[in-house]
Amino acid sequence: MLRLLTVLSFLLLSALPVRAEEVVAGLSQNRVSITATFVGSEILIFGAVKRDSPPPEDNPLEVVVVVEGPSAPITVRKKDKRFGIWVNTEAMELAAAPSFYAVASSAPLEQSVSTLDDLRHLISVERSIKISENPFNIDDPREFVDALIRIRQKSGLYKLLESSVTLQKDTLFETRVALPANLTEGEYRTRILLTRGGEVTSEYETVINVQKVGLERWIFNLAHEKPLIYGLLSLVIAIAAGWGASAAFRMILRN
Amino acid sequence: MQIYLPIAEVSVNAFLLLGLGGIVGILSGMFGVGGGFLMTPLLFFIGIPPAVAVATEANQIVASSFSGVLAHLKRKTVDLRMGGVLLVGGLIGAALGVQLFNALKAIGQVDLLVKLSYVLFLGIIGSLMFVESLRALMKSRGGSVPKRRKHTWVHNLPFKMKFRTSGLYISVIPPILVGVLVGILAAIMGVGGGFIMVPAMIYLLGMPTKVVVGTSLFQIIFVTAFTTLLHATTNFTVDMGLAVLLLIGGVIGAQIGARIGVKLKAEQLRVLLAIMVLAVCGKLGLDLLIMPAELYELGAAGGH
Repeated sequence: MLRLLTVLSFLLLSALPVRAEEVVAGLSQNRVSITATFVGSEILIFGAVKRDSPPPEDNPLEVVVVVEGPSAPITVRKKDKRFGIWVNTEAMELAAAPSFYAVASSAPLEQSVSTLDDLRHLISVERSIKISENPFNIDDPREFVDALIRIRQKSGLYKLLESSVTLQKDTLFETRVALPANLTEGEYRTRILLTRGGEVTSEYETVINVQKVGLERWIFNLAHEKPLIYGLLSLVIAIAAGWGASAAFRMILRN
Repeated sequence: MQIYLPIAEVSVNAFLLLGLGGIVGILSGMFGVGGGFLMTPLLFFIGIPPAVAVATEANQIVASSFSGVLAHLKRKTVDLRMGGVLLVGGLIGAALGVQLFNALKAIGQVDLLVKLSYVLFLGIIGSLMFVESLRALMKSRGGSVPKRRKHTWVHNLPFKMKFRTSGLYISVIPPILVGVLVGILAAIMGVGGGFIMVPAMIYLLGMPTKVVVGTSLFQIIFVTAFTTLLHATTNFTVDMGLAVLLLIGGVIGAQIGARIGVKLKAEQLRVLLAIMVLAVCGKLGLDLLIMPAELYELGAAGGH
């Protein structure tokens, strides 16, 4: 029995890649609260490489950090000139696209992760966008995915932060990922990967919780759960504020 | 000071919103238009999602028109009976408009509908008003008083009603139709519809200019309130925080505008309004004609 276990564990161990290095990491905060004055937040992601044996000499150690917001289906529309004006013509529905996606690495990403490991661990943003159906009606679905990435990159939602992870003496690392103000609520999956020669050797995963709090939370919930009451309340508040402001203005004029 | 808007889910400068509200409020007070036709495109430009801009603008117009109506009621320049008839049409129109809005949103053509409607209506109304008011301005300089009340086809329709404040005895069909049109526009463009209603009341119904502004504001309040509720319950796109910021600026602006408006002549007001309407129309028209920098856009999923 004991021998069998030994054999089994030996087999298991040899099947797995050699775990000579392990990543230990932390975040400056694992909760982001969206309040009325929220202007974005910067998360410091730091950690160290734990070793049982001296580091292998052959390939340099690289660190890749991936922060991924909640995914949702999305429609990408393309404009074309029709009758002299620019109108939406083609549309493509994507099954899922992350609302936020940041990849930070200690070297250029292509150098840090091989194509195979990118596919295996879903690291670059292209891998995290899912096309459900085979879009027969669209000539070039790739173009739509590229457009999505381009638009989200421009608004700061998708980021490729190459060479932004600082790695000291192959042991300590840190990076900062800025979360923009237009964040979607939800769990932001955060992964830290160690690679050598393009191969992922260790992975650590944690979650950043992004939530609306206080008045923002209350307003958002009311609007979605009791829309009629919310609508009426908006009107009452608007009229009261309007009346109040004009009364105040008249008082100021009189004095 | 940046502020996060809970429904629009974007962060914008609070003073920018107050300032926009104030400027549009001044114009709204001067011309008796809700100002939505300026505010809605401005909100697009600062990055508010179009659906939120349209719905929230309706909410803001209610409040900014409210103080205007109070001022006009005090001066007895509101034809309540005419306002009521216009309102019946307006409610029907708003219900139709929200249906149309939601249907086009599902196929991704709502932006085009909104922009084309702007270009079409602002273009026609702006040029008509510009030519008319220039002519009136020339005549009043020449000393002759223009003849306003003419006997047109409007006066031959059935269901006549007496509108004492306006001094009219006309059929209710034209005001109801005007109301329906304004209601549709309120729902799909996020405007009060004053820029349609004011000229329609003057040129089509032949109402005296004095009561036109107050009466149109009276109708706008109820139609936009109804539109707000429809958008809030079907699209969840009314942003309370955005509305309050816009209208604090807007209400103060409207008070200033109403005082400026009293001092200016009706013809001068109309020339100014016409120029502004044409400017907005031109800008929106150019945006449709010039190739956009980004050919793709993102939309919420659901429906083709």
